[in-house]
Amino acid sequence: MTPNTLAQNIVEINNLSFGYKGRMLHQGINMVFPRGKVVAIMGGSGSGKTTLLRLIGGQLKPSKGEARVEGQIVHQQSRDGIYKLRRKMGMLFQQGALFTDLSVYENVAFPMREHTDLPESMIHDLVLMKLNAVGLRGAHKLMPTELSGGMARRVALARAIALDPDIIMYDEPFAGLDPISMGVICDLIRTLNDALGATSIIVSHDVKETFTIADYVYFVANGVVVAEGTPEDLRKSTLPFVHQFVHGEKDGPVPFHYAAGDYAQDLLGFENARQGA
Amino acid sequence: MIRSNILVGLVRILRKIGHNFSDRIWRLGAGARLFGLTLAYSGESFRRFHLTIREVYFTGVMSLIIVLVSAFFVGMVLALQGYYTLQKYGSSEAIGVLVALSLLRELGPVVTALLFAGRAGTAITAEIGLMKATEQLSAMEMMAVSPIARVVAPRFWAGVIAMPILATLFSMVGILGGYLVAVPLIGVDAGAFWSQMQANVDWRFDILNGVIKSLVFGVACTMIALFEGYDAPPTAEGVSRATTRTVVTSSLAVLGLDFALTSFMISM
Repeated sequence: MTPNTLAQNIVEINNLSFGYKGRMLHQGINMVFPRGKVVAIMGGSGSGKTTLLRLIGGQLKPSKGEARVEGQIVHQQSRDGIYKLRRKMGMLFQQGALFTDLSVYENVAFPMREHTDLPESMIHDLVLMKLNAVGLRGAHKLMPTELSGGMARRVALARAIALDPDIIMYDEPFAGLDPISMGVICDLIRTLNDALGATSIIVSHDVKETFTIADYVYFVANGVVVAEGTPEDLRKSTLPFVHQFVHGEKDGPVPFHYAAGDYAQDLLGFENARQGA
Repeated sequence: MIRSNILVGLVRILRKIGHNFSDRIWRLGAGARLFGLTLAYSGESFRRFHLTIREVYFTGVMSLIIVLVSAFFVGMVLALQGYYTLQKYGSSEAIGVLVALSLLRELGPVVTALLFAGRAGTAITAEIGLMKATEQLSAMEMMAVSPIARVVAPRFWAGVIAMPILATLFSMVGILGGYLVAVPLIGVDAGAFWSQMQANVDWRFDILNGVIKSLVFGVACTMIALFEGYDAPPTAEGVSRATTRTVVTSSLAVLGLDFALTSFMISM
């Protein structure tokens, strides 16, 4: 990698393959995530999008190829090395993953208490600033169980940006939210990315919201990148998979039916077996 | 045709036995690895000792009621049963010794450990299993905080600290229960009750060995509960099975270890 690409791309995935239990999930994936951009990884459920985030975060090791963060190969790092890289990352989990035994305030303060020696007064101010950024300063005394799904995700977002990360990863940030919360999260991702000067990686299957905020989109299916480009390019794409996905069509290259045998045979098989018995 | 069917069935059974066996060995290894990691990360967790104190409250203090009430009844029953046998030999004054030795050497550590597995062990497994299912442990890892240092090690040390204290309290309250039945109810002489106990209970062989037993049970019960939670499949069914396994494995481990420790201590 030349210094020039390192300066441009904060994360790179090079020829990466990953599989487990004998099944290959990714086969030779290449992606780049330029600094300051919002890049989305899209694909159907079970296409291994979340796994890609875990490979970038070093929670999984690739079978082949590499994920690089700031030029460093993630899976070759020691535990301390990976932890050092992770301090530059913030991750928003699908269900928020807030610590249920801690209040909203303590959840956001958690990374600061773990990784800094800041005095309590400064942690207090920082926590309230982060919560204010997601519009939930007033909820700092609540417990996670008292929050709605959308609020929990915003608190989790405040916690993810607690240490001003360089990379923010979002795992299905829009899944299961009402339209208002979805709009709020959508705006927040773009605003926070630009305000913090961070790079955002969004894993999602919500086309409308993702296309609104993403600068660049990768489509993943069957373990490979099937299409990539700006949202405008992809909207116009004539590739059958992209067309089916973007327009939400029921049938296409991705079949409605899970692979199965002959329908009539399946129905008659039961009757025949009964008669045989 | 029939013979080949039997053969296929046999192979399937053999394969299942082999699979179960290798699975057990694998789990034993994974448990030992978690134990090693817990010890390795203990230093890191001691730096946040308030977390351990908090867990001592949840595992120890919250188990007090069930442990003390059980102890009281166990002591009373021991005195009743002991008196029934001892009076046949005309040595009913020895009831104090019988109650004290039974509690300090055996029942204190063992019953406390069984109650601990049911009360605190299940809570630990379910909590960690659910933390895993709701991605809280993953989130912690992604924040560059080791879940073993932050979640597992404090609970482990809390269990190890709480168990001997609970067992000691169990024995004390049990003796009190035994006293209330033997002296005011049955009418055994109070002086004989206490003096025989004092004369025949040895500090090292009875009290200290009991504490050592409860320490070992503390390590075993807490580690089993932690491992089952940490290893639980992140589903409702997975967590419920893990919780059941915690009680079954801990109880068997306590009884097995009790036999091993007792034979070792008696032969010394």
